[in-house]
Amino acid sequence: AAGMFLRLLSDVRWRAANPKWRKMTYSQRSTSSTAEPHPVSLPAQAQVVICGGGIMGTSVAYHLSKMGWKDIVLLEQGRLAAGTTRFCAGIVSTARHASIELKMADYSNKLYQQLEQETGVNTGYMRTGSISLAQTQDRLISLKRIASSLNVMGIPCEIITPKQVAQLHPLINIHDLVGAMYVPEDALVSSANVSLALATAASRNGVQIHERTSVSHVSIQKGRVTGVETDRGQIRCQYFVNCAGQWAYELGHSGEEPVNIPLHACEHFYLLTHPLKEPLASNIPTIVDPDGRIYIRNWQGGILSGGFEKNPKPLFTEGRNQLEIHNLQEDWDHFEPLLSALLRRMPDLEALQIMQLVNCPESFTPDMRCIMGESPTVQGYFVLAGMNSAGISYGGGAGKYLAEWMVNGYPSENVWPLDLKRFGTLQSSRTFLRHRVMEVMPLMCDLKVPRWDFQTGRQLRTSPLYDRLDAQGARWMEKHGFERVKYFVPPGKDLLDLDQSKTFYKPDWFDIVGSEVKCCKEAVCVIDMSSFTKFEISSTGDQALESLQYLFSNDLDVPVGHVVHTGMLNEKGGYENDCSIARLSKRSFFMISPTDQQVHCWAWLKNRLPDDSNLTMEDVTWKYTALNLIGPRAVDVLSELSYAPMTPEHFPSLFCKEMSVGYANGIRVMSITHTGEPGFMLYIPIEYALHVYNEVMNMGQKYGIRNAGYYALRSLRIEKFFAFWGQDLDAFTTPMECGREFQVKLEKGMQFVGQEALLEQKQNGVYKRFTMFILEDHDTDMDFWPWWGEPIFRNGRYVGKTTSSAYSYTLERHVCLGFVQHFDDKTGEELVVTTDFINQGEYEIDIAGQRFQAKAKLYPFSSLFTQRRRKDEEELSGYQRE
Amino acid sequence: FYLTPPQVNSILKANEYSFKVPEFDGKNVSSVLGFDSNQLPANAPIEDRRSAATCLQTRGMLLGVFDGHAGCACAQAVSERLFYYIAVSLLPHETLLEIENAVESGRALLPILQWHKHPNDYFSKEASKLYFNSLRTYWQELIDLNSGETTDVKEALINAFKRLDNDISLEAQVGDPNSFLNYLVLRVAFSGATACVAHVDGVDLHIANTGDSRAMLGVQEEDGSWSAVNLSYDHNAQNEREVERVKMEHPKSEEKSLVKQDRLLGLLMPFRAFGDVKFKWSIELQKRVVESGPDQLNDNEYTKFIPPNYHTPPYLTAEPEVIHHKLRPQDKFLVLATDGLWETMHRQDVARIVGEYLTGVHHQQPIAVGGYKVTLGQMHGLLTERRARISSVFEDQNAATHLIRHAMGNNEFGTVDHERLSKMLSLPEELARMYRDDITIIVVQFNSHVIGACQNEE
Repeated sequence: AAGMFLRLLSDVRWRAANPKWRKMTYSQRSTSSTAEPHPVSLPAQAQVVICGGGIMGTSVAYHLSKMGWKDIVLLEQGRLAAGTTRFCAGIVSTARHASIELKMADYSNKLYQQLEQETGVNTGYMRTGSISLAQTQDRLISLKRIASSLNVMGIPCEIITPKQVAQLHPLINIHDLVGAMYVPEDALVSSANVSLALATAASRNGVQIHERTSVSHVSIQKGRVTGVETDRGQIRCQYFVNCAGQWAYELGHSGEEPVNIPLHACEHFYLLTHPLKEPLASNIPTIVDPDGRIYIRNWQGGILSGGFEKNPKPLFTEGRNQLEIHNLQEDWDHFEPLLSALLRRMPDLEALQIMQLVNCPESFTPDMRCIMGESPTVQGYFVLAGMNSAGISYGGGAGKYLAEWMVNGYPSENVWPLDLKRFGTLQSSRTFLRHRVMEVMPLMCDLKVPRWDFQTGRQLRTSPLYDRLDAQGARWMEKHGFERVKYFVPPGKDLLDLDQSKTFYKPDWFDIVGSEVKCCKEAVCVIDMSSFTKFEISSTGDQALESLQYLFSNDLDVPVGHVVHTGMLNEKGGYENDCSIARLSKRSFFMISPTDQQVHCWAWLKNRLPDDSNLTMEDVTWKYTALNLIGPRAVDVLSELSYAPMTPEHFPSLFCKEMSVGYANGIRVMSITHTGEPGFMLYIPIEYALHVYNEVMNMGQKYGIRNAGYYALRSLRIEKFFAFWGQDLDAFTTPMECGREFQVKLEKGMQFVGQEALLEQKQNGVYKRFTMFILEDHDTDMDFWPWWGEPIFRNGRYVGKTTSSAYSYTLERHVCLGFVQHFDDKTGEELVVTTDFINQGEYEIDIAGQRFQAKAKLYPFSSLFTQRRRKDEEELSGYQRE
Repeated sequence: FYLTPPQVNSILKANEYSFKVPEFDGKNVSSVLGFDSNQLPANAPIEDRRSAATCLQTRGMLLGVFDGHAGCACAQAVSERLFYYIAVSLLPHETLLEIENAVESGRALLPILQWHKHPNDYFSKEASKLYFNSLRTYWQELIDLNSGETTDVKEALINAFKRLDNDISLEAQVGDPNSFLNYLVLRVAFSGATACVAHVDGVDLHIANTGDSRAMLGVQEEDGSWSAVNLSYDHNAQNEREVERVKMEHPKSEEKSLVKQDRLLGLLMPFRAFGDVKFKWSIELQKRVVESGPDQLNDNEYTKFIPPNYHTPPYLTAEPEVIHHKLRPQDKFLVLATDGLWETMHRQDVARIVGEYLTGVHHQQPIAVGGYKVTLGQMHGLLTERRARISSVFEDQNAATHLIRHAMGNNEFGTVDHERLSKMLSLPEELARMYRDDITIIVVQFNSHVIGACQNEE
């Protein structure tokens, strides 16, 4: 039945443009391999070998060959476009939450539109538009947020009324709708044919395509790809691209050097019907009803409708299982809730005759975003997989970015949210993946509210203080598998249920976090920040200093005991990492980076540090528990515990010293708090963690000490205009663009990575500028809260997006951080952003379609916090000292 | 005040037990797929007992429900001992010899039964030696009697019942030097128990019944509907043949006093039972045993009391009525239950409820559209109906529990009414017995494939 269906869905009459690699008509497809009597033998060598002939593999081949790389072999274990690609529903939808995903989808749409013309292959491209329905006000807010993003991207999109929905689609029951979002340029394609078209173009450009060839493993020598082993022989190569879809995880683990690609397949069902009596128009819009968990598109005059159920069925947990593959049957009982939703949405379909229920496994990732990039452990090993059921929407853009990555060293956009290196081995457990994807798949349709935490796969990495903090009311979130405290619910106070606390408005923890912030400002708080990535780099001679001076932009040749904030920049001057480095001795350095840098930063340094046995780098993340003592009384607590004077005269800012706290010795104390508030970070060998924590809490009692969490920290750092890597800073942001020139020593007497780019920026100015916005007419109690990704308007014109936001309990206002660009009024060309440009504008922030006036600032209010209402002009120096 | 559904479930499921016959090489060679059993007490403590075991030295499986009266001692003893008597009665001469030799020389004994017990089903540790000795005497006699004939199941069942009742009576007459045991054997003998036991071996199903518990076969008709076939006769006043039997066994002069108010001698509901020596022994014997017995026995008004019009004992027997049935593929299950169930439910309803439950759980085939013309509306209707059925069935993983839920909670429409169920289950201990009796149910599920194959062989 599947074979018959295949012809129906992807109705192609396609012959290979290059007869060398394919000499069969479509109707022979289902016959055995004898149809291909003389398979062309594999080449002995190629620059690139791509594994997987689905939409991802063909898109990568297409883009690589367009960019001039021709020596490429694409291997497909079965037939081209025969896996998930063959079955996928073929909806190209740009309605995406994350801006990088939105860009990929937009590019894909534009690519597919002209693909038929380019290749002569009928792709079935049909511009139908899509309508996303809202059954609730919250859903409508969510759609409005997307609409705001789409509009500033230049993608037509409007929020429409239920009546307008009825006009666009005659079959829809609109009685339970509160509104909808209409994206007129969304399209439908035959995904298999798009893939075949991309393959055709690639093959014309010289890419060799071999079907019925499966890769058994990838050969690796000295941390580099050297070739692939297939069932038809060996190919030597420099680059390998794993586009094996749901088999990518297994393929990644097949070699001696495992490459962790955390994804897991789930069954995915959709329904096909016979045509309606009055067949649907071919350009009828596709319907997405997230509250009903379904999508509905036209399919040959009938409908194709599938969805994302609440109780997904993960499969292939134990790897490739022939039995399971053959048992992939229609499961009507499982589909029942989705069928009910469909008939509720389109009651007139009752009499429509069923053709088939298709079961098409899709692969999902631990965070609902796709996986792209180079392996942190094996150079030349690239991955593009885990599309979370949006493969056709992302296919074009994702293939382009990966090709750019391979050819240019990095894509033309910041793809960190999709980077393989955001995961480590800790996300590669099969049990973890199985549990997590069961949560992720239903999330496809769930409301995306701010500050959502995954519930599965938790409590993996914890601080030794976990139980102590949990018993005191800690509420947890997870970062890179590490449990971190959001805030502490005071005894006797109950928060809302998890489900009810999902809101776009003021959250229920508002007052709780407020009191933690207040305590940080007035007394002292302790925050467990053990999740930070910690490396130690040391050498026998000056190698460590020399290497770090080259890899980091600030001057690290400081006296022992000093802490330096510095960026780890790329050639373009962009932040690959933002860290604090303490010089422990002449020859050893202690480096603190954001939690999710553990894999990326390690790989970056490993690949760039000289191969010298006298230079060692160690990941000591697990060895230290980090406590952040924030607040004016931190000084008192610590000096009482250590019998050492901790006042600024004795322990100046940005200072690091090993000392004893309580009975415990060897505690690394640093006078930084990552918030701009006074206080200390304590790096405690883990076996002392409980002792030090108890001592601090006991001693702190008389100073009013209390526990605090990351939400308080965030509010503090944002009101102090502190940028965080991964949120505000990325590989496309330079220190010059975020007011951190002071953290760069352009004249430190030696070259460093990114220096040239920074010098050029210093001379010519920057094209975007990190800016702080204080919302003016925003009602904290009544209005939607900002999150991140909100468009910024200057004098009514779009100039950029926010990157993070928080309520400032001190200013009693919302603060948004974001980048301002300067587009030429007429040409749209990017112009230099000057201080005047920033200062001389009227700003508005668009939150879910509603614009709020905002005041822009380039420097923080630091004086305002210490001495209220003092002019805040010369704060740069104060800021520097943190 | 109502119990919440989880509270109701925890009450209903407290005593549930399931056993699945293990499969070998993907094949279940037994005609029994497995059984579900459960008990709901009304008396405190419950006076019903249940037993299930697989015969290890012969083929076949034994299942039984026992309804005690005047205490639970007799039902407890019968539930522990009867299956051993049956198993021994079925054993061939050589095996009996082997066992006897093993005991004689102190070697390890061949296991005779594999019990399938709920943790609450206990065996009396103190009496095991006593019971064993009685059993050993029985098999020694069987060895001496060696008839050389193959054992007839029906005969074996009858012999086992009678022998056990006889042993119970004898043990009470002889007494025991241990005062605890002495009191125990007397309590066993003076209380009573009915028994309804099934022996399944391939397609041969034997039901041996003594008293008013009942065995019922669930048969699926060709149209898929369910019907009930009785495999036992109640031994009580409603059974005319039984009344006739009792009258035949006693002089005409007693005809009027034998059955009064539907009770034997105006006292006992079941017309056959284990124990109940008050209806079996002569007045002299009763007096002698009671007088020489422990004080507790003497203080008990019931034991001292002699039934009126007691002229020609025995009035009561433990001899079972045995019915043999050849299983057919349409025979899907067997229900053994004490009268507590049958008082509240008609057997036809029992057949339907269990039948639908079992097919719902085990035969809800996945739907495939294939080449059929099905509309979305039709499919939707079908799926909603299936889901409704599953959700009601899924509450119970045990057919016996499901049956008790219906017995307690059924309203006039034949569906479970939570309010009613909650009321019935939350009755205070002292009131419960007025609204319901102890209920004990075993539902045995048959393997139609094996039964079909056996039939073809024959």
